[in-house]
Amino acid sequence: MTQRRPFFITFLAPAVVAAVILAAAIFEVLQYSVREFIPGSLNVGGFTFENFVRINRPIYWWVLLDTFYISLLTAVFALLASYPVAYALVRAERDWVRSLLVSLSITPLFTGEIVRTYSWMLVLGSDGFINSLLRKLGLIDLPLQIMYTRVGVVIALVQFSMPVMIILLATAISHVDRDCEKAAANLGASPASVFWRITLPLTVPGILSGFVVVFAWTMSAFSTPQLIGGGKILMISNLAYLQGFSTLNLPFAATLSLIALIAALGSLALMKTLTGRIERRLSIN
Amino acid sequence: MLRRVSFWSLVAVILTYMTLPTIVVLMTSVNPTEILAFPPLGFSLKWYGKALTYPDFQVAFKNGLIVTGFASTLAVAIGSSFAFLIYHYDFTGRRLLEGVLWSPLIIPHFTLGFGFLLLGGMLDLNQGYVMIVAAHTVLVMPFVTRAVYVSLANVDPNLGRAAANLGASPLHVLTRITLPLIVPGMAGGWLVAAILSLTEFTASLYVTGSRTQTLPVSMYNYIREYADPTVSAVSAMLIIATTLIMLLADRLFGLRRVLAIDTH
Repeated sequence: MTQRRPFFITFLAPAVVAAVILAAAIFEVLQYSVREFIPGSLNVGGFTFENFVRINRPIYWWVLLDTFYISLLTAVFALLASYPVAYALVRAERDWVRSLLVSLSITPLFTGEIVRTYSWMLVLGSDGFINSLLRKLGLIDLPLQIMYTRVGVVIALVQFSMPVMIILLATAISHVDRDCEKAAANLGASPASVFWRITLPLTVPGILSGFVVVFAWTMSAFSTPQLIGGGKILMISNLAYLQGFSTLNLPFAATLSLIALIAALGSLALMKTLTGRIERRLSIN
Repeated sequence: MLRRVSFWSLVAVILTYMTLPTIVVLMTSVNPTEILAFPPLGFSLKWYGKALTYPDFQVAFKNGLIVTGFASTLAVAIGSSFAFLIYHYDFTGRRLLEGVLWSPLIIPHFTLGFGFLLLGGMLDLNQGYVMIVAAHTVLVMPFVTRAVYVSLANVDPNLGRAAANLGASPLHVLTRITLPLIVPGMAGGWLVAAILSLTEFTASLYVTGSRTQTLPVSMYNYIREYADPTVSAVSAMLIIATTLIMLLADRLFGLRRVLAIDTH
């Protein structure tokens, strides 16, 4: 037993160092958010709450509201589009169908946000795939404006968040006890009624966690609103970048970054409370 | 029957939406013209030639490999030992340490990148490799930790007990029994970490400089300046490479296990 301690500590040291570096980086953001901005200088002044007062202006409120709205839309559509895929993924009878569904739905997660955003620019642009196709079919004369709109940003963000949503939903669906479904069917429930009354309610915790994870992730989306929104759609991350690198107001950029962090943590905390409550209610029934 | 058909067509439509951007990128990358054309006007690899010889991309790719090599290897070393510790021991501060090390999954990447930029400024390591590697390491570590943790949970504890009964020391059990059994999880975690680090954009935009930029950052700069399909060719190469690596990972380690989606 006396020998185990040093052995144990050498293992722990690297993880502690990594955690300290990470915490120091976040602390720097916190520290900058309460510092004074000195125009024309990268150095910051003394302690102030000025940045948090400044946030309380209509333009910043609009960006925050828009970020919230885009994230909400994305989470709703991602959920609606992911459920059938996740269901098919778990319940497919053939192994090759399952493998195909996993590769098609999960691989996009690993190509990186720049490749995915750029791909959507090619699809949505005024000379892009959708517009060329519609023009060739004779459905439109003038290109539809999808780039630089909220619709375009949401179309791309939904596809980005679907792999994560599918993973979370598939895990929830695979944990549904098939015997419950069989029992309901034996008692005369139609397949639709089995799905709506048994399967769907049992996957509510997965639905909630998927919804909130996607919501929180989208709140911090950067490259998609930056490139597809093209400056016309600003989310909080774009505003922070603009403040940090165009105006060089690092303290205010830090405040905006901190608010995004708080929003993300807040939505996840909300999820924990909600899922806890729903799981308790489900176990009572 | 009708319900089955309509369900599967719905799934097909959704999957088309998910894969459409990839297909369009692959199509434009071999199209000889500068603008998108449907159907393609021919077949040419000239954008691939341009992409491969464009100095910014060459430098950025090399930078990316350096960063990824260090970051994913460090993440595996630190993440595996951490997974091993939290699986086997309970110690003071464990919850806090776990919370901090899982947090990159939740912290917005631009907040994290900004934090590392400020920290780098304070330590006079501005836009150098040290800060980029540090940022990437903490970003990808949760995935490695999770993959290793899942493989540890799948190790039969009786094997270790049997070895200990036969007189093996804890260190011996670790190196001869546990470690070989979790190597697939570590390797799978390493591959996932490498891909995530290689394609990481937002945090990299903050912590890299013009000399140290990684591939996604240089692609972003190119997209903002030019409109030709050179980036399509780079994207196509990245898509093909990552798909092949993921297929390989799936074959070797079971992707569904690494990502912890357990179907059945």
